[in-house]
Amino acid sequence: MLVPVEWLKEYTDVKVSTQEFCDAMIMSGSNLETVDKYGEEIENVVVGKILSVEKHQDSDHLVICMVDVGQEEPLQIVTGAPNVFAGALVPTVLVGGKLPGGIKIKKGKLRGVESFGMFCSHSELGYPDKIVPVKHKDGVWILPEDSVPGADVVEAFQLKGETVDFEITPNRPDCLSMLGMAREAAATFGEKLVYPMTQCKEEGEGTASDYISVEIKKPELCRRYVARVVTDVKIEESPWWMQKRLMYAGVRPINNIVDITNYVMLEYGQPLHAFDIRQVKGNKIVVDTAAEGETFTTLDGTERKLPADALLIKDAERGVALAGIMGGLNSEIEEDTVTVLVESANFTGSGIRSTSKKLGLRTEASARFEKGIDPNLTADAADRVCYLIELLGAGKVVKGSVDCYPTPVKAEPIEVRPARVNAVLGIELSADEMTRIFESLEMKVEAKGENLLVTAPTVRMDMEKEVDFIEEVARIYGYNNLPTTLPEMNCQAVKSRKQELRDLAKEALVGMGADEVQTYSFVSPKGLDLIRVPEDAKERKLIKLLNPLGEDTSIMRTTLLPNMLEVLGRNASRNNASITAFEIGNTFLNIPCGDNFHTESDALVLGAYGGKMDFFLLKGMVEELLTKLGVPARTYQAESANQAFHPGRCARILVGEQEIGILGEIHPEVADAYGISAKAYCCELKFEDLVGLANTEIVYKPLPKYPASSRDIALLLDESVEAAKVEAIIRGAAGSLLESVALFDVYRGKQVPEGKKSAAFTMAYRAADHTLTEEEVVKAHTKVLKALEAELGAALREM
Amino acid sequence: MQSQLMNLLEEAREQLKNASTLAEAEELRVRLLGKKSKLTEILRSMGSLSPDERKALGQAANSVRAEIEGLLAERLAVLKEAQKELKFKAERIDVTEPGSPVKLGAKHPITVTIEEITKVFMSMGFTVTEGPEVEDVFHNFDALNAAPDHPARDMSDTFYIDEEKLLRTQTSTVQVHTLLNKKPPIKVIAPGRCFRCDTPDATHSPMFHQVEGLVVGEGITMADLKGTLDTFVKLMFGPEMKTKFRPHHFPFTEPSAEMDVSCFKCGGKGCRICKGSGWIEILGCGMVHPNVLAVGGLDTEKYTGFAFGMGVERIAMLKYGVDDIRLFYENDARFIEQFK
Repeated sequence: MLVPVEWLKEYTDVKVSTQEFCDAMIMSGSNLETVDKYGEEIENVVVGKILSVEKHQDSDHLVICMVDVGQEEPLQIVTGAPNVFAGALVPTVLVGGKLPGGIKIKKGKLRGVESFGMFCSHSELGYPDKIVPVKHKDGVWILPEDSVPGADVVEAFQLKGETVDFEITPNRPDCLSMLGMAREAAATFGEKLVYPMTQCKEEGEGTASDYISVEIKKPELCRRYVARVVTDVKIEESPWWMQKRLMYAGVRPINNIVDITNYVMLEYGQPLHAFDIRQVKGNKIVVDTAAEGETFTTLDGTERKLPADALLIKDAERGVALAGIMGGLNSEIEEDTVTVLVESANFTGSGIRSTSKKLGLRTEASARFEKGIDPNLTADAADRVCYLIELLGAGKVVKGSVDCYPTPVKAEPIEVRPARVNAVLGIELSADEMTRIFESLEMKVEAKGENLLVTAPTVRMDMEKEVDFIEEVARIYGYNNLPTTLPEMNCQAVKSRKQELRDLAKEALVGMGADEVQTYSFVSPKGLDLIRVPEDAKERKLIKLLNPLGEDTSIMRTTLLPNMLEVLGRNASRNNASITAFEIGNTFLNIPCGDNFHTESDALVLGAYGGKMDFFLLKGMVEELLTKLGVPARTYQAESANQAFHPGRCARILVGEQEIGILGEIHPEVADAYGISAKAYCCELKFEDLVGLANTEIVYKPLPKYPASSRDIALLLDESVEAAKVEAIIRGAAGSLLESVALFDVYRGKQVPEGKKSAAFTMAYRAADHTLTEEEVVKAHTKVLKALEAELGAALREM
Repeated sequence: MQSQLMNLLEEAREQLKNASTLAEAEELRVRLLGKKSKLTEILRSMGSLSPDERKALGQAANSVRAEIEGLLAERLAVLKEAQKELKFKAERIDVTEPGSPVKLGAKHPITVTIEEITKVFMSMGFTVTEGPEVEDVFHNFDALNAAPDHPARDMSDTFYIDEEKLLRTQTSTVQVHTLLNKKPPIKVIAPGRCFRCDTPDATHSPMFHQVEGLVVGEGITMADLKGTLDTFVKLMFGPEMKTKFRPHHFPFTEPSAEMDVSCFKCGGKGCRICKGSGWIEILGCGMVHPNVLAVGGLDTEKYTGFAFGMGVERIAMLKYGVDDIRLFYENDARFIEQFK
């Protein structure tokens, strides 16, 4: 909301500087965005009267003017402005003068002819093009005829002015008006609010009802319709004071009638419309919805097909305006318009929003109706329009109005308990002090025992409950004046098990050198194709967005693998030689879970390329992580069906029968699709499932008192025999004395036949209660050797 | 024989002085004190002496022996020290050469920021809770007192799954879950992801993080809200920080406020970061609207509460001077690793 400070002062006395004004308004609840300044940096610009205009001999577009600038001799000024004429008064910047933007004017020569100054357009004086009055849009500013040559333009036209741009929150549509902001300012500074003049002389012939009748057929969409009539209308330029206020409020002046309706709209927040009454057939206004398939041409010249529930202002025969959105081309004010119907109506926000949305047509008026307007403003606004028409001599106002208001809105008192106000705010304010605050906001207060009955003006549509009044007390009293205390509450800070495990996992992975990444929860469905997820896989149970920003963020991720591959790919493309990264985040499946229509669960992805990374290093990290999280014994099963991974270098990770994740080298074709030329490795864990498996409780095991006895063996095995199987056989056969078994070397090559490998294991035997005898060790170890031979046919040798 | 012993001692003294290596010194031990040494010879030859002479000579020989042993030990010590020095000299390294790489990973700056915020609130007794990212209209809007035609409900602002389901636009949804599932006293924070239809640019991201806070109990006042958040700011950013509360509007709080903190960069003098005001807005807050408390079935006369919500990216950007929000989601290792 653009508020010219000079205009605001018409309604309330602001005594402080604009800076102090803004600071105080911010603290009372009117936040602001910027302050625009006009009329600054202008020096030596005076009123010039053009005495003569002659053609420049060497130019088609330049003319030479002799200009009276209030000095003894007229000045010669060469200009290209198309709208100059002898007798015109124009702002003239003299040699040595200055214009906004640091422009300095020097004596010049244009095509050989000397020029001692320059005529100014509005934009040269610092006004944005969009607010330059229509009449002066394409040329220099032609000043009013009564301007005095030589007068300083900045002073004579009071160009200096500041406009504060307030940020209006959706609960306060009443503040989208000068009066609304004045009400706030008056309360903030403890000043009076002065309402605008609306009392008309009413010199037009007859009464309004002689000219027009109004019928509201849809009272649920139109709560009130006020019509006033003005005769003997003279369309001309508005006086400068009105143009200036409109411009400084961001509105382009057009002509007196349009300017007045805009001016009053800004004053009251009530949109208004003017019809040429010649075009209102049958002297009748009917407010009704459009017929199915009806078309209507709005005054921007566009023919529009209306939705069936669009509210239309009709005359006896046809639509003449799209209610609350835009007038019709057929009833527009023309240069020769003599009698005008002024419409001040109240349309409900939801209806306007729906039509405006369906038509894709949003206007200043529709935006205001959407936010909500007090129906009690319509009569005042219509009267104010008429008052200004009389003031400007733009027409004669006809007596009375036609006011159709089926269900008047009345201000209802609300009981406010001062004790409650103090209890919520933590202060001790008296009822009298609260009364003073309410009254400063134009609210009426009555005592009811210890409590107050407060009636807010009907423009304050946000005042519904006691708590709304509590806020009014708080903001006018001042948030900064409230005390600062801490709640008296005994609460323990806890984290959930999942949060704790997540923290643990992050610490562990960072400790192992992995960087954490965060990627979007929504992704491209193409990712699932890139990692070659089968059509019938669970990961294809997608949650799709109705209105994504684009295809690449159109589904909720069902796996973190594509996100990780994208991260690896991006780092590869940026020539980062290596990266090890992880993410813990939500995945989403379109599968019901409890009361929810979908399943949302945490996953962990770990990915890497470059450096010393290989399958076993990544597996080592995963093992250390799972150990840290206290996930019990894991087994790994070779997996060749998952097409995201290398068919010979991929493992499913299991705890018992439960699969908790997958680990492997990314399939070279998949890596390639993500632009990763190095070997890439990834592991994805069902983190949500780990929460149930994890046991981070630590129980101390006594340190061994007796020495262990170790035995190493080397086995010549078929390539297909898995280490895990050998280990299982060893564990199965050794009995309770076996403390540990570990694969420590795998050798292929010289002395090992093709298709075979030599695998070396080390075993430790120990008893908790005595030093093992050689016999005991041999007995256990022999069982191991026999089992290996029997089950694997492994050629073995002791080392 | 006595003079022989004295000579022996002098010789030993001389020889040990000249021994320049441990090996030489060891050799001298054998030569001077071993079975074939002159000293042993002298002792052996004592058999032919009278008991008195033998006793006298024995004493003299033993004292010479003891003296030689002492001298030997002394020399050995000196030589050992010298050898150690030599060894150390040979083993000298250039300590200014770089260390071998040992790499810690880095947490994502958003995680780091959330952890810091969480730590501060936990120290003030807040429990950490969470809610789903895919939500419904009830939790995201209706229960939070958003009017049926509130503009944030538009498809131009909110990502929808269908008419009822959506991606939460604010962590305030967790307020609703909490009120439905917990009884006062309630004191929670809820960090998490939020989504809004913003095309990515330097200051906008369609996905971002918030930390929500909710306190509900008997006798909770707006003064408590101010005190709690002022304490948070001082613990999080430093005791010199100031706070300012400005009236604002949110559907789910009344009264509502925005909180500014004194500028991180200039400390309040006014600079480019704070646009000359000396203040930076970092969060929205207010007293929980009775309509919201009522959703949880609470007696709104008995219980009051306050809620707040802050943008994590915004805080991280201010704290670390990151000038483009998109960097958080590009996940370039060179960016992430700056937050070790």
